[in-house]
Amino acid sequence: MRNTVKIIIFVIFFFVISVFYISLTRDVNYNTSSLINKEVPQFKIAYFDKNEFYTKQDLIKNNYTLINFWASWCGPCRVEHPVLMKLSAENNLDILGVNFKDKKELARKFLKDLGNPYNSLLKDVEGKQSVIFGIYGIPESVIINNKNTIIKKFVGPLSLDDYKEIKEMIK
Amino acid sequence: MLSNIGNSILFISAFLSISIIYLANKNLKVSNNLIIKNIYQLSLIQSTLIIVCFFTLIAAFIVSDFSLVTVYQNSHSMKPVFYKIAGTWGNHEGSLLLWVIILTIFSFLFLIYNKDHPKKFRLLTLIIQNILILGFLFFILFNSNPFSSLSPTPSEGLGLNPILQDPALAIHPPLLYVGFVGSSIYFSAAIASLIVNYSEKSFSSSIKNWVLISWCFQTLGILVGSIWAYYELGWGGFWFWDPVENASLLPWFAMTALLHSLIVFEKRNLFYFWVIILCLITFILSVTGTFLVRSGILNSVHTFASDPTRGVYILLFLSLMIFSSIYLLFKKYKKENYNLNQNSKETFILINNWFMMFYLITVLLGTIYPIFTDALTDNKISVGPPFYNAIIFPIVVIFLIFMAVGPKVKWIKNKFEDIKVYFLILAGSIILNALILVFIKSYSILSNFIIISALFLIISSLKDGVSAIQKNKFDLARIISHTSFGFLVLFIGLNHIFSIERDYNIKVGETKNFENYSIKLEKLDLKDFPNYKAVIGTLEINNNFSNEKNILKPEIRIYDNPKTLTYEASIKTNLLKDYYLTMSNIDRSDYYNIKFQKKPLMIWIWISVVMIVAGGFLRLFKNAKYS
Repeated sequence: MRNTVKIIIFVIFFFVISVFYISLTRDVNYNTSSLINKEVPQFKIAYFDKNEFYTKQDLIKNNYTLINFWASWCGPCRVEHPVLMKLSAENNLDILGVNFKDKKELARKFLKDLGNPYNSLLKDVEGKQSVIFGIYGIPESVIINNKNTIIKKFVGPLSLDDYKEIKEMIK
Repeated sequence: MLSNIGNSILFISAFLSISIIYLANKNLKVSNNLIIKNIYQLSLIQSTLIIVCFFTLIAAFIVSDFSLVTVYQNSHSMKPVFYKIAGTWGNHEGSLLLWVIILTIFSFLFLIYNKDHPKKFRLLTLIIQNILILGFLFFILFNSNPFSSLSPTPSEGLGLNPILQDPALAIHPPLLYVGFVGSSIYFSAAIASLIVNYSEKSFSSSIKNWVLISWCFQTLGILVGSIWAYYELGWGGFWFWDPVENASLLPWFAMTALLHSLIVFEKRNLFYFWVIILCLITFILSVTGTFLVRSGILNSVHTFASDPTRGVYILLFLSLMIFSSIYLLFKKYKKENYNLNQNSKETFILINNWFMMFYLITVLLGTIYPIFTDALTDNKISVGPPFYNAIIFPIVVIFLIFMAVGPKVKWIKNKFEDIKVYFLILAGSIILNALILVFIKSYSILSNFIIISALFLIISSLKDGVSAIQKNKFDLARIISHTSFGFLVLFIGLNHIFSIERDYNIKVGETKNFENYSIKLEKLDLKDFPNYKAVIGTLEINNNFSNEKNILKPEIRIYDNPKTLTYEASIKTNLLKDYYLTMSNIDRSDYYNIKFQKKPLMIWIWISVVMIVAGGFLRLFKNAKYS
């Protein structure tokens, strides 16, 4: 009996340390470079205003999709908002807004005050779905082509330079 | 130049460690009870050298010697001197040096302050502590050397993260390290005690002060970190269940359990193996925490640059510690027969330990679970406050009640006095809680329980205090710590219940009204500071009910090196409440987004923790005086 306990304790620690080791050799969760040129993983994010879900299959319908993660409480999101407004004029690009860990009324007010650049608006109240895209701090944006491949990820607010780059990409 | 000095000292220190291990080992075989003088001398020289080494690094930061990679990456000539100095330990390499300093100093102090204990035990503790020192010195020398030089010397440094330029953060790491690393000494002592079978009561007196010291500093370190998060991170909370915060909390739970079970061990010679296990896991958890933070496998607000080789090294070190501890423990373990009476003090302290273990396991699981799911199933999840709040808070209620009753129970006897008194106190707590409910605001059932149990603990501890004064048998340290813990939970509860939070877009001259408050943005100023520019808002907050006026000045700061934007909260603190205001700009509009929070009794949360620690220090002074 005592030997069994010993073996179990030993195995548990061995297991924990092995997992730590595996994690060390893996890409870091939020390392954006690992996502580039990879296919979008399966996801299912609820619409902001209706009881339906947006999934990976919906992405194929668009030539290019920019998924933007934002919240009304996030200062830098306000900074990048004008860039999104400019991008919303592009025909070749669908902008998907994911409202991140936010309160509904505040998010609505944000869009009312600053304009709504999004073709579709989704919400991720608990921030769980966004983790799939390696979102850690917001704002972050991901651009995806119609083959469901992630072309680029932007961490932090989109700048005017990013605007030019995106415009170039979707030509 | 400084680079050479630093490197040489590091090599000499490693050599000294080896010499100490060698001499101590040789001295072990001599069968008198005297430790040879050379060992004391070498230990003293080793501690002195390591301190000199650290000052060398500080000097490099003060004179901005950018030929050192660490200085180049973490400092800047324009930075205020205070933050240049704090920059020494604000980075991975420098903070490891701080680790070694504490390891070394504690090793020396343990050696000279424990002369009444068996020689073998002291020598073995010294040997094990020096193996740890050596391990970290090698890590520094071959992987994370703060004295690595750079050629040609850059003309300017890369600066320090502006969010780290904060007085609280400058003292946070050293405090926490004394706690974290201080636990190494009782890890070493525990291993030594297992090897030489030193399991008498007196073993506890060799470690109890070290446990107290590390516990006090760990608590202070956690407090300062939490104050920093409150002031700097700008969303008004003081605990985020961030993995790195959790990493500092894990050893704290183990230390607190150890602190209490040592009392039983000292008094009744019970729980020896349990004490040993706690000594071992405290330091193992400290190193695990370091591993999680430094290897970069967790992501959190503590952005140390991650480098996988560091992780591998610490992990190797950690595994060696864990497996040798387990091996020894299994080899030496003898079944202990407790035979405790249900209502004796021993039982209550054991219950305290169960609670601590419960919290420890909960927080540990929450912290490492995402690593497991990620590594094993490719599924990325995050464990956040809802998990911890749901599991920890309901249990706190029962914990507080045991904490109130436990100290009054007698040793050994199965006797429970004063049940009536406790019912009276409970009734009093319920009435007080009801008064708050009726006169101020109603809140959830769980909150009710938490407030009642916190009041119960406070009143019964105070009552203890009063009757102890009358009998002149006074355990002031315990009463202060326990009462303050009750207050801490009470203030956190009230703070949570009565907080107000509002979010507005506002422009200069505009006023917003809510409840009985009004906020007016009076003006905006642009000011230049040595290493940043700031947009400073002036907002007037009026309480229309009490006619109290407050001016708050939140800032948006633009730092030069590296170019970063930060939002500085403006906080007005008084005894009853904090006003907390942050402001951010909205591009191409005259509007600013402001977030206003009223946080009742904030300052009392900090004061409660300080008082908890004060109890610890008081006990330490008493112990020192007694011995």
